[in-house]
Amino acid sequence: MTVAVLKGGRSLERGVSLRSGARVEDALERLGHETLPLEADSELVERLSAARPDVAFVAMHGLGGEDGTAQELLEILGIPFTGPGVAACGRCVDKVLAKHELRSAGIPTPDWFAFNETAFRELGAADALSALEEQLGFPLVVKPSRGGSALGVKFAASWFEVPEALVSAFSYDDRVLLERFVEGRELAVSVLGGEPLPVVEAIPAGGDRYDFEARYEIGRTAFVCPAELGETEAAAVTEAALGAYETLGCSGFSRVDLILGESGPQVLEVNAIPGLTDTSLLPQAAEAAGMTFEQLVERILDLALNPAAA
Amino acid sequence: MRSSAMRDLMAVTARPEVISLAGGLPDTSTFPPQTFAAQMTRIAQESVAEALQYGPTEGFEETVDCILQVMGAEGMLPDPEDVIVTTGGQQAIDLIGKTLIDPGDAVICEAPTYPGAIPVFCSYQADVIQVECDAEGMRIEELEGVLEKLSAEGRRPKFVYSVPSFQNPAGVTMSLERRRRLVELARQRELLVVEDNPYGLLRFGGEALPPLYQLDGGDFVIYVGTFSKILSPGIRLGWAVAPPPVMEKVVLGKQASDLCTSTLTQYFVREYFAAGSWREYVESLVEIYRCRRDAMVDALRRHFPPQATWTEPEGGLFIWATLPDYIDTGDLLAKALRDDVAFVPGQAAYVDGRGRSSMRLNFSAVGEDEIREGIRRIGKVVAEQVELYGALTGERPAAPVQARDAEAAENVVPFRKTGEGGG
Repeated sequence: MTVAVLKGGRSLERGVSLRSGARVEDALERLGHETLPLEADSELVERLSAARPDVAFVAMHGLGGEDGTAQELLEILGIPFTGPGVAACGRCVDKVLAKHELRSAGIPTPDWFAFNETAFRELGAADALSALEEQLGFPLVVKPSRGGSALGVKFAASWFEVPEALVSAFSYDDRVLLERFVEGRELAVSVLGGEPLPVVEAIPAGGDRYDFEARYEIGRTAFVCPAELGETEAAAVTEAALGAYETLGCSGFSRVDLILGESGPQVLEVNAIPGLTDTSLLPQAAEAAGMTFEQLVERILDLALNPAAA
Repeated sequence: MRSSAMRDLMAVTARPEVISLAGGLPDTSTFPPQTFAAQMTRIAQESVAEALQYGPTEGFEETVDCILQVMGAEGMLPDPEDVIVTTGGQQAIDLIGKTLIDPGDAVICEAPTYPGAIPVFCSYQADVIQVECDAEGMRIEELEGVLEKLSAEGRRPKFVYSVPSFQNPAGVTMSLERRRRLVELARQRELLVVEDNPYGLLRFGGEALPPLYQLDGGDFVIYVGTFSKILSPGIRLGWAVAPPPVMEKVVLGKQASDLCTSTLTQYFVREYFAAGSWREYVESLVEIYRCRRDAMVDALRRHFPPQATWTEPEGGLFIWATLPDYIDTGDLLAKALRDDVAFVPGQAAYVDGRGRSSMRLNFSAVGEDEIREGIRRIGKVVAEQVELYGALTGERPAAPVQARDAEAAENVVPFRKTGEGGG
């Protein structure tokens, strides 16, 4: 079978994508597939049309690859692809949209407010910020609505730190959210074909928050998989994760990030195409479930080619 | 934002459509191809066997002669026995680190310092302490304070690392008075100073200043030089000059690392210097870089908001710009990349998280039009951040940024995207 591996692109997570892609290519070769590594650039469509692969493995993260753009092109070309479809990608990549969907479906997610730049520049939204303290409290988390890997995510410990955090977050997107900070354990549930894999807990070294650096540097974060959870806790976490996966319309595979706080699990976001690097969480969860990386890749391909098999 | 996030952002800067003011590349496009061809042909015809063979660890005497010419041009007269040819100046820094640093040793650098030196010192587990620079280079008073503090703890730094002329990344040059004081201090305290001087001959204006090595006579100053900025970084030829006890260990370290520096490129340098016009080529580079520096300073004045400051170097390859402290240049880079322009966020030049509102801008690697357009694009995203912060806090920019930019944009035609206004 010929498998095109889509990677790179213009996203800020380009480097991560190249590492995910390279690892997938190695696995595909070991599985005996013909691999066609494709850099997502202006010749992508031309090369896909010429090569007509049996399936495309989308190993792209961030804008351009994880937001439905590449998936839309693959649909037009009639090439089956791995991971969620266009609509699910579009919902996951936009944290504000995703949180609205989750809340409507009754899935717990921390309270938030979202603003776009226009609100501050033209509508005097700064004056509304004072209401935040009452409603969200401090510290609070400031995030760009779109973007992954914790880029541009800042914590504001007090009112005084909010403007600077907003300036940083607006560097990545023209819409940002201010979210209630939930103290708790940082968990990730990878879902493969609608089935939850063992829960991973991320414990950052030195008490740092689980940020971009910790995510991709070996040794920066301790991962525990399966996470040590009581039966009731585990059930609640898995239920929230599967609920989020289904609500956002994911298929194939995705990863749900949660905080397990005092009042139970809260979904922070869903990564439509989670990382597949050496330090990424989905491969770790699959391993804990007894799957090798090759078996994981093979299963992801199966799900792309036979969606009904999920 | 920390190093791996930065590395990933830097990966994006390599896209061909990006105007990169992030690199540190000298311009090699004006080196005459016929000169290169003639010299390589002569090497092939006259010395093929030797040029393809191993050479001495210390480098060829003939290469050292060329090095003496380069150092002589800045008034230095080292003993040829004290010179070792290395694989670029970077290897010289590495060998000095390898030879001198024991884990936990204090090493003092400038703040900011050459970003490429930090991983070297950290890899030998040095405790890197950074001493603030101002317009006259490293603040010697602060250095004295650090030395006192270390001494109170019963510690002595292994060495002070400095790029005194046209510093990378700050573009500043250490004043003569501070040079004298640093050298005196080194003598009084028997403290080694590593002088890294890649840019000394690239002076566009002002008066030439004596290198630390010259002021000290080579007793306490270890010198690092390179052909990278005056001829070619691709030939990977640099050197170190050190007193015999240090040099013996450096030679052993070099043997372990790579036995010897490329014989072929040493032959090339020998031929090139024999032709006798290396200074003219350096002069031609100085002229190119001076125009590019002028273009960048001019563009900064036009396009950066009044809250920004920057250095105006008299030589070298870099300008260091500092923005209001509420702007994180790591995050700003993400925004700038959407407009296809890149710079190095200032944090790369510190070990301790400082520098987050500064940026290093290179003016040697791209032409004047691209410099102007690149600075215009960065200025635009900075102005947007300043304006946004103003809207968030009620602080208004000191000058109407949009008006300034609109006026300036009239003078900048090349590379403008359709439909994109001035502000």
